[in-house]
Amino acid sequence: MLTLNYRDSRPIYEQIKDGLRRMVVSGALAPDEKLPSVRALATQLSINPNTIQRSYNELEAEGLIYSVPGKGSFVSPDRSADLRRRLELTEKFREIAAELRYLGVGQEELLALVKEVADR
Amino acid sequence: MIQVKNLTMPQGSVYGLVGPNGAGKSTLIRHLTGIYRPDSGSITIDGQPVWENAALKARIAAIPDDWYYFNTASIRDMMRFYRGFYPRFSQERYEKLRDIFRLDEKRPIRRLSKGMQKQAAFWLSLSAMPDCLILDEPVDGLDPVMRRQVWSLVMGDVSERGTTVLVSSHNLRELEDVCDHVGILDHGKVLLERSLAQLQDNMVKLQVVFPDGITEVPAEIPVLHASKIGRIHTLILRMNADEATALLAQYQPLLVDAVPLTLEEIFIYELGGADYAVKDIVL
Repeated sequence: MLTLNYRDSRPIYEQIKDGLRRMVVSGALAPDEKLPSVRALATQLSINPNTIQRSYNELEAEGLIYSVPGKGSFVSPDRSADLRRRLELTEKFREIAAELRYLGVGQEELLALVKEVADR
Repeated sequence: MIQVKNLTMPQGSVYGLVGPNGAGKSTLIRHLTGIYRPDSGSITIDGQPVWENAALKARIAAIPDDWYYFNTASIRDMMRFYRGFYPRFSQERYEKLRDIFRLDEKRPIRRLSKGMQKQAAFWLSLSAMPDCLILDEPVDGLDPVMRRQVWSLVMGDVSERGTTVLVSSHNLRELEDVCDHVGILDHGKVLLERSLAQLQDNMVKLQVVFPDGITEVPAEIPVLHASKIGRIHTLILRMNADEATALLAQYQPLLVDAVPLTLEEIFIYELGGADYAVKDIVL
C-alpha cells in the first residue's frame, strides 16, 4: 500500500500522488477501481484530509482518476489523457538515456533496453 | 503583550501555530480559550465572543501545556466532570477509546506519567465531541506509536465531523503532515498566515550551475538566500518552481534543479528576514 517517507524532501501531497500513480501504472489499482476514500487515507496515514484531497484533485486534473459525486474517486480507464505528464517523462527519459551513454552504455545495448520495455 | 490582527481559521481546517520561543503562542491560546480577556479587540468563534461564554465553550475542547485535573481525581472522575460540562459528551466514544488508550481509569491522574496524562487529556477531549479543538504542544511526551494514533483520531474527526483544530508546535515535520493552514507568530505579531499549499508554492530552492563566464548570481535575480559549493549555487527564491526555472533559463544554465522546501526551511527563511537565524557563535 501507500507509504510515506518522512525523510523524503518532497511535499506529502506529491508523495501521495506518486504513490497512487505507481499503483495505477503497475496495475495494483485496475481501471474503474475505487480509490481509498479521503477519510480512510487521512486516518490510515495520519495526514490532513485536505492534503489528500489536493493529491486527488491534481490526479483528476491530470486525467489519471475521475470522481463520482457521493461515491468517491476511481481509476480512469482512459490512458491517453495526460499529455503534460508524457512530455515530462519523455524529457526525463532523454536525460537518463544521455547519462547512460556518458557512462559507456553502447547504442545497441540502449536500443535493446528500449525494445525490451516496449515489447512488454 | 501580543498584538494579533485578523488571525483567521477557516472551519474544518487544521491550523498550525508556529513561532520562536516567547513569541506569544500560548498566550494567544489562553485568549482563544477564554482564560485571558483581551485588552482591546475581540476574539470570536463562529462570530461569538469567547470571553465568559459558557454555551460556546461547551463546543471547544482544549489541551493546554499543563492540563488541569482535580488533585485526587482519577480519569473516571474527570470523565464525570467533562460529561457534566460538555452536553454532547459521548459515552459510547469514551468506551471505544478505552481500548485504544488502555489506561487505568481508577488510578489518580497525578500518579500517571506525563505521557499517560496527555493520553488521558486526549481521551476526554475527543469524547467531548468538540467543534473546535485547541492543542498546545499536544504530542509532547507521547511515544511515536501513540503520536500517530492520536493524530489518526484527530484527522478522522476533521474529515468526518469537520472539526476545526488549532495546534501549536515546534515539530514542523509533524505539522506539515497534519496542517492545512499555518500562521507564524513572532514577537507577539502574526508574521504571516497562509494555507500550506500557498506556502509551498511561494518559495523554492534551486540548484543551479551557470555556464562559464558567470561566476556570481546575476544581480537581477531576487534571491532570498544564496550559497555556493564548487560551481553549484543554491538559491532560495520567493516564487514557484516554474517561474524560477523560466527566470533562470535566460542565463542558459548547465543545470537547474528545483527542490521543494520543507516547512522547516520555509520557517527559517521567513524568520530570517526578521533577523532571526541560527547564529554562528563559538563558545
